[in-house]
Amino acid sequence: MSWFMRFARSTIGMKVAMAISGLLLFGFVIGHMLGNLQVYIGPSALNHYGAALQGNQGLLWVVRLGLLAILFTHVGSSVALVLRAKAARPQGYRKWQGKVSTYASRTMRVSGPILLLFIIFHLLHLTVGTVHPDLQHCATQATGDLQCFVYQNVDAAFSLDTAGTTMAVQLGIVAFYLVAMLLLGMHLGHGAYSMFRTLGLNSPRYDKVARAFATAVAVLIVVGNCSIPLAVATGLVGAAGGH
Amino acid sequence: MNLTLHVWRQKGPNDPGRFETYPATGISEHMSFLEMLDTVNEKLEAEGKEPIVFEHDCREGICGCCGFMIDGKAHGGQHKTTVCQLHMRSFKDGDELTLEPWRAQAFPVIKDLMVDRSAFDRIIQSGGYVSVRSGSPQDANAILIGKEVADRAFDAAACIGCGACVASCPNAAAMLFTGAKITHLGVLPQGAPERFRRVQAMTTQMDMEGFGYCTNHGECSAYCPKGISLDVIARMNQDLLLAQVVTRDEVRREGGE
Ligand code: FES
Repeated sequence: MSWFMRFARSTIGMKVAMAISGLLLFGFVIGHMLGNLQVYIGPSALNHYGAALQGNQGLLWVVRLGLLAILFTHVGSSVALVLRAKAARPQGYRKWQGKVSTYASRTMRVSGPILLLFIIFHLLHLTVGTVHPDLQHCATQATGDLQCFVYQNVDAAFSLDTAGTTMAVQLGIVAFYLVAMLLLGMHLGHGAYSMFRTLGLNSPRYDKVARAFATAVAVLIVVGNCSIPLAVATGLVGAAGGH
Repeated sequence: MNLTLHVWRQKGPNDPGRFETYPATGISEHMSFLEMLDTVNEKLEAEGKEPIVFEHDCREGICGCCGFMIDGKAHGGQHKTTVCQLHMRSFKDGDELTLEPWRAQAFPVIKDLMVDRSAFDRIIQSGGYVSVRSGSPQDANAILIGKEVADRAFDAAACIGCGACVASCPNAAAMLFTGAKITHLGVLPQGAPERFRRVQAMTTQMDMEGFGYCTNHGECSAYCPKGISLDVIARMNQDLLLAQVVTRDEVRREGGE
């Protein structure tokens, strides 16, 4: 195994770990968004989807722990690499001018930690419920069926006139979600493009295609994910169709 | 034309260094940037001061000796131009310019604007060659190489090892340099047999020298005076990944492991 450890500890090995874990997380983000977009179909679709996920607790925890391990790999290797880059240039320039690097590429180390904070907040908000005004957990009905309240929870989470909280707090939460999703879009836009190159999958023939693909998916994710809190906050989705 | 220069002055590797300001007066727009510095140095010497040290040799853009940051841009930032080939007509009368050496842990400052790039030599020594028995040369046409392959190798071989890639990289990575050597040798039939051993050895040495890593900003290639493409880094990554899956014998042979 010595060859493997040698590879895993090399800078390229760590970058490959970043790229593969990033790819898996990218897939999760897409799946998560597609699931959430069922909010537009209606309460029963979203609640059934929630019940289906919660129905198999064993599988749910396997996936959760798997995601945690992937996230740990992604964050762990990025920390190791950032420390390495800092050590590689102990004394910085008084002046430095970029020519082709993008705002997204230069802010990966800022968008990353903010997204980590967002993930923690998001879990406390819509999974655990600590920072949610009125989170209803799934409950087993008399019939034995599992009833979930994802739709009602999302409604209460983002609507501006929810009992038990103030409009200012709700506006703040919606704003945080929107900012986080914009950062996610930038992070994924550069990350997906960078992933192709790190894995050596690029070729001059389709470099432009890879960049366009990464940008297009990132834009779709931003639009799709931002639409939900916006639709609830503006009342397009929610109370009328729910409860 | 007259300019003001803010130049990094450092007596030696252990001196903390500082910026000092010098006027550059009576500069002709036909001078190269290094000739402008020669003029400034002549004045400094006449005043009994230490001239500004910078590395140079060919002054025609082929040896890779020259290079420093001008206003935060490697070699001054002109497309595919080394600082010795940069002319004063690219600047305006009254410009204030900041001159700094390449900054990387692996490139210690020798003096002022001159850095020690021996780390690059050690990367080359670790695998940037082909092992051939010497003897009478065979016919040049005996090994057939496609035009596209020859072009690709030649483009990568244009690297002069000046270090601008490391200097302009926000992570101080040497991956454009290392990738250029790996591509140059690896795509040709003469270099192919040692392809996997080479990538293993050279990237290990690159890490040992304390360079950073690539996050695909692309600044290295944009500032490269030879326009080496970012694709050489992807090729290096590809080779190192392949080296993990090919028969270990191929990597280990000739002391690669
Ligand atoms: S002095 Fe030789 S490349 Fe500039």
